[in-house]
Amino acid sequence: MERSTQFGSSQQLTRRQLIRRTLAIGVALSSSASLLAACGGGAQPTPTPAPQAAQTPAAAAEDKLEIFSWWTNPGEADGLAALFEIFKQRRPGVEIINATVAGGAGTNAKAVLVTRMQGGNPPDSFQVHAGQELIGTWVVAGKMEPINDLFEQEGWSKVMPKTLLDQISYKGEFFSVPVNIHRSNMLWYNKKVFADNGLEPPKTLDDFFAVAEKLKAAGVTPLSVGGKDKFEVPHLFEDLLLAVFGPADYTKLFSEPSLWESDPRVDEAIEVLDRFLSFANEDRSALSWADAAQRVIDGTAAMTIMGDWAYGYFINKGAKAGEVFGWAPSPGTDGMFMWLSDSFGLPKGAPHRNNAIEWLKVCGSREGQDAFNPKKGSIPARTDPDRSVYDEYLLYSIDRFAQDALAPSVVHGAAANEAYMTEYGNALNVFSASRDKKQVKSMLIEAARELKT
Amino acid sequence: MAGKVAEQVRPRVARREAEARVRFPRVDRFIPFVVLAPSVAAILVFVYGFILWSTVVSLSRWQGIVPDLTFVGFRNYATIFTSYRFQSDLRNTIVFTIFFLIGSLVIGLLLAVLLDSRVRGESFFRTVYLFPMAISFVVTGTAWQWLFVPGTPQEPTGLNLLFRKLGLPVFIAWSTTSEVWPGGGWQPDWLRVPLGIPLAMLPVIIAAIWQMSGFTMAMYLAALRGIPDELREAARVDGASEWQVFRYITFPLLQPVTLAAVIVLGHISLKIFDLIMTQTGGGPGFATDVPGIFMYETTFKSNKYAEGAAIAIVMLVMVSVLIVPYLIWRLRTETER
Repeated sequence: MERSTQFGSSQQLTRRQLIRRTLAIGVALSSSASLLAACGGGAQPTPTPAPQAAQTPAAAAEDKLEIFSWWTNPGEADGLAALFEIFKQRRPGVEIINATVAGGAGTNAKAVLVTRMQGGNPPDSFQVHAGQELIGTWVVAGKMEPINDLFEQEGWSKVMPKTLLDQISYKGEFFSVPVNIHRSNMLWYNKKVFADNGLEPPKTLDDFFAVAEKLKAAGVTPLSVGGKDKFEVPHLFEDLLLAVFGPADYTKLFSEPSLWESDPRVDEAIEVLDRFLSFANEDRSALSWADAAQRVIDGTAAMTIMGDWAYGYFINKGAKAGEVFGWAPSPGTDGMFMWLSDSFGLPKGAPHRNNAIEWLKVCGSREGQDAFNPKKGSIPARTDPDRSVYDEYLLYSIDRFAQDALAPSVVHGAAANEAYMTEYGNALNVFSASRDKKQVKSMLIEAARELKT
Repeated sequence: MAGKVAEQVRPRVARREAEARVRFPRVDRFIPFVVLAPSVAAILVFVYGFILWSTVVSLSRWQGIVPDLTFVGFRNYATIFTSYRFQSDLRNTIVFTIFFLIGSLVIGLLLAVLLDSRVRGESFFRTVYLFPMAISFVVTGTAWQWLFVPGTPQEPTGLNLLFRKLGLPVFIAWSTTSEVWPGGGWQPDWLRVPLGIPLAMLPVIIAAIWQMSGFTMAMYLAALRGIPDELREAARVDGASEWQVFRYITFPLLQPVTLAAVIVLGHISLKIFDLIMTQTGGGPGFATDVPGIFMYETTFKSNKYAEGAAIAIVMLVMVSVLIVPYLIWRLRTETER
């Protein structure tokens, strides 16, 4: 190109060159500017307070409310919408920004949330599992506002069970409003398969093995287990731990980490899990919990142990409760209620604080909980619900929640912090594949190191 | 060359160039810097700056939401290298890289040689083979995951269903086995995972080869087309067989392309995340887990930023081991020229 100037009119060409070069500079500058902007948005260590600052003018600020959750599936999304409806009635004119992030058990949402909180751009209120997931991750880090006044004003301490209140408080202060309770220690079974083989749902661990033997002989997979979302086998194990330890000693495992090494019942629980898995499908690492549950209503498997969101799944699939499938507490845990709870908190620096507080009032209200829970397929965290809006299973669960001994779930964030949850999950997922009892024991002991806070 | 004309022309040209330089002296010298400066600055900050930042974090105690940059030396590295998961990640990465590279190169070369023999409808086949590359690894992972879901012996699914329908007696656990081949064997105390080939890795390797062998094919095809026919003709005239032509003429001339392909594929395989995340999620156990997934989960699920950064730095070192010798070699051959 340069060479061509040799024989042409040099002056003209250089001018053209000049124009071309100026253009190039313009393009380069604008593209690198947009590159800088793009990187700046995603860059973690550089806080970006700009969008927040733009919203601060008081008049503009209070006409919005941003709620962050991972409720995107049918059922849970409907429940969330029902809460929004009530909020809109109380605060007409406020625009609700529904900031949901899809993805298994909130994994993706949690990552987005952490980035936003660290960048100084919190939502007005966000979904978090009540318990250590809230306390160990957010409260200890000083990112949440205590809401004692709200609890006092609304009288929630009187209508929520003490075990639950203990789990959402830290150093005597409350930090979130629980909207629901799920039960994780449930056994779901196929009615027809059980009737054909003349079986009753197993009550104890020994019952389970007797039933499983008969089912295996009849050519049915006794226990259907998933594993694709990496929480299914850890979930099964916490139910077995509860059966072996009982609620009080089970809960102690998470306040006294040394028990994992010293208590022989840990080995017993591992042994039981190994026997359970010997009655389970081999292809579990390729199945989600829902795939595993599907086999139960299809009748190719007889039982699955899963939280009561499986109930919502069955109903959605058109299977009739009590006809196609039945339920019982998971073997050995009759009279015990392994709970987990979704709650909403108030992050420090919430851009629309007044609306956020009104939102929390909706979440904690009887009206709000009775609108939300029948749709989500969970029971209210309050003990005074309107029983007429709940169906057969949920009424059963409400009664059990009122009577049973409560124990917090590990896998679902109630019993321990996230670092422990991950290590504990890793240990059991390796075990699900390797079935190496010594190895899982040592990995569980290693995981227990994450428990001291 | 045409000496006389050149002698007459040259001073004139020189004068004009000098005039031009006089007219726009500063702009000419200034422009390259202006054009390059923003991208240099961006690279300094967003590549090297963040590498430095990650290194600092990897040597700190940062765990949890609040940053804590207290220096703890190499403690995080010690933690990850002694963990079951990271040891299995390293084993898997090596296995994946070796099989993926060899598979993609061999199949790509084979396809290129076949296409180079001037088959009819060449452009159609070229598009078909190149097409997987246009698809995201996420899509590939999901689709191949469906194919490899084994089902139960009574009700096989995916490929197993096909095998059953074809009357083949096989029932392979595909992606759900945690076996390591050859298994057992020598395992020192510090090693917590059995060495060997995790069988569940094979479906992932197959999917990755499916995706990338079109790319190697395209590269090899371009290289084959670049070899002058005269060379091969001369060899044939000298009495070389087709195999000898390929072995002694074509193959050596493909080496630079092979090296380039190894570099491109190698860094993909050392950093692979999306394909495995969607296809197996790293399971069963950690039989298909890789450092990328470990890094993601450690940092964003467990909020252990320091350990996550340590894993990222180890990944960077692994890629550098591959790239840096290549860069040095490139630099040397270019300066020699």
